[in-house]
Amino acid sequence: MKAVTAQHIKKSYNGVQALKGVSLEVEEGEIFGIIGPDGAGKTTLFRILTTLLLPDSGSAMVKGFDVIKAYKLIRRKVGYMPGRFSLYHDLTVVENLRIFASLFNTSIEENYDLIKDIYQHIEPFKKRRAGALSGGMKQKLALSCALIHRPEVLFLDEPTTGVDPLSRKELWEMLKKLKKQGIAILVSTPYMDEASLCDRIALIQHGIFLKTETPQKIIAQFENILWSVHSKQMFQLLKDLRSNPHVLSCYAFGDTHHITVEKKKAAPHEAAITIAELEAFLKEKGHLDIKIDPIQAGIEDSFLELANK
Amino acid sequence: MNVIIAKNLTKTFGDFMAVDHISFEVKKGEIFGFLGANGAGKTTAMRMLCGLSKPTFGMGQVAGFDIVKQSENVKACIGYMSQRFALYEDLKVWENLRLYGGIYGLRNAQINRKIDEMLNRLGFQAEKNTMVSALPLGWKQKLAFTAAIFHDPKIVFLDEPTGGVDPAARRQFWELIYDTADRGITVFVTTHYMDEAEYCNRVSIMVDGRIDALDSPKALKEKFQVSNMEEVFFQLAGKAKRKDS
Repeated sequence: MKAVTAQHIKKSYNGVQALKGVSLEVEEGEIFGIIGPDGAGKTTLFRILTTLLLPDSGSAMVKGFDVIKAYKLIRRKVGYMPGRFSLYHDLTVVENLRIFASLFNTSIEENYDLIKDIYQHIEPFKKRRAGALSGGMKQKLALSCALIHRPEVLFLDEPTTGVDPLSRKELWEMLKKLKKQGIAILVSTPYMDEASLCDRIALIQHGIFLKTETPQKIIAQFENILWSVHSKQMFQLLKDLRSNPHVLSCYAFGDTHHITVEKKKAAPHEAAITIAELEAFLKEKGHLDIKIDPIQAGIEDSFLELANK
Repeated sequence: MNVIIAKNLTKTFGDFMAVDHISFEVKKGEIFGFLGANGAGKTTAMRMLCGLSKPTFGMGQVAGFDIVKQSENVKACIGYMSQRFALYEDLKVWENLRLYGGIYGLRNAQINRKIDEMLNRLGFQAEKNTMVSALPLGWKQKLAFTAAIFHDPKIVFLDEPTGGVDPAARRQFWELIYDTADRGITVFVTTHYMDEAEYCNRVSIMVDGRIDALDSPKALKEKFQVSNMEEVFFQLAGKAKRKDS
């Protein structure tokens, strides 16, 4: 049985199509990442899969149950952590957790082993009001609350948005541990670098999946010739590279720029311009310390390529 | 010329030392990255520099004005944009800019000329009469940035300006930042994207209220003997005693 399946889900609000026919299958014990910018439709999809919103058309199942007909059953089987902190600010840490446990007819003690790794970080502050917690602590409390009834499928909507790189790393380590317990995890994120931490990912933009694959395969399926370029004047370099007729696209990527290069018509595996020729072109424009290398694409390169198709 | 000077700038809340004697300078036209983990003290430091919060100790100058005694002068010559900063969704593109121009005391004729100049530069003239609510996020962010520099501030403070936008829009935004710095406006920016730290001329990294590192990205990577800024960040932020978690 698949943990989650969806076929051709569509949803519009006020004439705007948030989802334009999205299909997916998530395996048991898999970390499935839905990766894309704000407004791509991530939250709408999560709300439909967690039975909080009805699709206009299409169907979806969670653990073999239909999200419309069997919504009550599904709600017992899933844990959902919304993007916005939605616990009770005026209750303490432990009170929040107790409420969630009792709503599902269980207790903190009964499922303590599952949340232990996460909850331990905030247990010393268990008498503090949730509203007075720091961002990272709120996030850990919300995750504990989403897990306290031992869900079979966990939905995390942008758990790392606005979180610093170190705390993001910690959260992903927690998710890996939960996966080992057999919980299927659907997680959405706007950070492309988190793709490699998922078993499979769907790249989403404007309400459609651009591609669903393992991160390794998405990268391997990159079609263009990709080079990294560096010189002393990076901003000017961006403009000069774009002025070259053989350069198809040029984007800043940290300390280098990534360019895709036109292919030879006769030999489509070769670039229409050599590295030496491009270097000469840039030298003529006055660039110093030029460094050009062929490189492997990353997820962001793939996203940019797929989004431009 | 230094447009920001901080000397032992400190802010305590009760026993808690949010910002702990930080000292640094930012040069005119520089893109200065202000990094740190959540809770390291970035927002508190930034609020002091914007004249919104008084330091407990130490001094600061922004565009030549004292951040305590001349905080109103400071406010008039800076721009500010935060990640979640909303433009007015129910106003048109030009109306939003008109409002900002008015708040900063520009004259009507000046405002109208500026609106056209700015929209042309952005290639956004066709959307002049569009309701902001109908714009894609990437465009809203560019427009919010334009509003923040509408009155030609000396310095613009950007608090996580690119959160959540798509990879192409994120890069277009940085080109706008480069362009702004090229025209002499100093850019002071926070971000959680470590590739963006590479676009800065210099970056500082705050740990437990202190500035534990400040240099160009290249020099920092050499010092910590790593290949990217993310590793630099992990090494420094990993030493924090004040755990956000």
